[in-house]
Amino acid sequence: MKDKRQITVPQMQPGQSGRVIQILGGHSLVNRLNSLGIIPGKRITKVSAMFMRGPVTLQVGRAQVAIGFGMAGRIMVEVD
Amino acid sequence: MRILLMGNPNVGKSVFFSRITGVKVIASNYPGTTVGFTKGSMKLGSEEVEVIDVPGTYTLEPTSKAEEVASQMLQDGDLVIDIVDATNLERNLYLTQELLERQIPVIVALNIWDETKHKGISIDVAKLEERLGVPVLPTVAVTGQGIKELVDRIPEAIPPTLPQRTRDERWAAIGEIIEYVQTITHHHHTWLERLQDASVKPMTGLPIAAVVLAASFFVIRFIGEGLIGYVMEPLFEKLWAPLMMKLSVALGSSGFWHDMLIGNLFDGEIDFFQSMGVLTTGLFIPLGAVLPYILSFYLILGLLEDVGYLPRLAVLLDNLMHRMGLHGYAIIPTMLGLGCAVPAIMATRILESRRERFIAATLISIAIPCAASQAMIIGLVGAEGMQYVAMVYGTLFVVWLVLGLILNRAVRGFSPELLIEIPPYRRPSWRAVLTKLWMRVYGFLREALPIILLAIFAIGILYNLGVFDAIANFTAPVVSGLFGLPKEGVVAIVVGFLRKDVAIGLLSPLSLSAAQLVVGTVVLTMFLPCIAAFVVLARELGIKGLLMAIGIMLAATVIVGGLLNLIL
Repeated sequence: MKDKRQITVPQMQPGQSGRVIQILGGHSLVNRLNSLGIIPGKRITKVSAMFMRGPVTLQVGRAQVAIGFGMAGRIMVEVD
Repeated sequence: MRILLMGNPNVGKSVFFSRITGVKVIASNYPGTTVGFTKGSMKLGSEEVEVIDVPGTYTLEPTSKAEEVASQMLQDGDLVIDIVDATNLERNLYLTQELLERQIPVIVALNIWDETKHKGISIDVAKLEERLGVPVLPTVAVTGQGIKELVDRIPEAIPPTLPQRTRDERWAAIGEIIEYVQTITHHHHTWLERLQDASVKPMTGLPIAAVVLAASFFVIRFIGEGLIGYVMEPLFEKLWAPLMMKLSVALGSSGFWHDMLIGNLFDGEIDFFQSMGVLTTGLFIPLGAVLPYILSFYLILGLLEDVGYLPRLAVLLDNLMHRMGLHGYAIIPTMLGLGCAVPAIMATRILESRRERFIAATLISIAIPCAASQAMIIGLVGAEGMQYVAMVYGTLFVVWLVLGLILNRAVRGFSPELLIEIPPYRRPSWRAVLTKLWMRVYGFLREALPIILLAIFAIGILYNLGVFDAIANFTAPVVSGLFGLPKEGVVAIVVGFLRKDVAIGLLSPLSLSAAQLVVGTVVLTMFLPCIAAFVVLARELGIKGLLMAIGIMLAATVIVGGLLNLIL
């Protein structure tokens, strides 16, 4: 096994892909992210991030999702 | 029997609804276009059944007000047509799974089927049907493909017997289904997809946004002014004016009915801006001054909506909007507000918290000029020079920003972060854009025309009775002392409560200076919204929220109007 790094979504580089490990948050946050397809085990790609702690755009399956910086920071990802 | 159309946001429910019921509804390419519900009906065999277009929802555990509406409606339905985006099957199936656990018959429409091919997605419909245990049909709502076949199979829909499961169990089930029914082949990025990514990256997205907004502004002005200069004014001056002059003579050139229908003559001529007759100014304001801008604004807005640009703007402006207690998606109601405050305030339902809805609705009512207000601003101030028009817009923008910053500090509560799906860019269909434009223009004519005619009529009578003189004397300290306007200006402000555009006819005869016009139009725009917006505001905010919003409006108007008068 190559060693894989676990980081949060804002720490990812634009264009980088990874697998969602877990969502650090309460029931309602997990529920909202899940309903948009962000679930543990899912592969996601970071498309871009706005500067000054702006929202992060992710490619999730066939859809693009924009997520506020704080929420994005609660998504743990294992990058390739 | 009652059929519910349910599905994730932006999968084409509203287009589907229009197809099967023939009822036209506003459809756009962004999640959250439908915030209320629309009813229609269709023939099913020999039976007439009710069909409801339910706001989009990702899950039956609601996370916003629009989703709440959706979950509540489920209790009163007899059958659900679950509309699924075939290009995004996995995520869409979550709601489907939840629906299948309820005791209600379900039939699944695999919509946007036409886009699966060039996206390299292949779905085995028969296998999916077998796994879900309910009828599944591929459809393309925008062209109507597959709709009839789906309706034919509605009788086959039976209540499924899935047990209640946990979230993880549902996702696991979906994983298996996807594995079994869907194959994906690699496809190359199209230029549209490249443009998609470029418009949310800050380095390219911000310049793109600047170009899109500037181009929209110029095209709206170009079309609006073109329609006024080459179509509406010639129509009124060359065709309608001579006719009205004949009527004027026939009415004896004076008297009650002459004043009511034709109004005052200036050097023996009709002046459509200020004659104030029901048939002169009363018709000219809605048709000659406002309609051209309504047409051009909604044409451009419709294109931006259907292409799918607006959610990108939300991402780019999220930072700024956060400082105002909102998040980026509030830009959608705000943009709608440049047309009319009524749908704009309704659209604040796409925001999650009460606090955000209050801030957004208040800001829209105060600082976002609707098409009627803008026609007033351009009609009155435009004649003095574009620098004054810029002054009015600049002031309103600063008010929007500063008031937002203040409300963010002052209003208690919590504003959640942005979390939205960004739809793919789609080539808008001209048919859809023009249908939507017609619905909005027709809505304006149906609602505005009678009110304007009535207002002009009422103003004529109240003038005759001397009511306005009494009000003018009473409010003179504020209007003259604070705002530096002639005391008769109050009539425009009072009437502005009915409709802002009527004020064109009331402020024109006062021969105000450019500075007074700037103050006057800013005060008119910010002061109480028109009566239609008022009603919606009361419904969406509740009485307490409405009273708070009114307090803020009055305070802001007095402060800004007074300051402007001091500066100018």
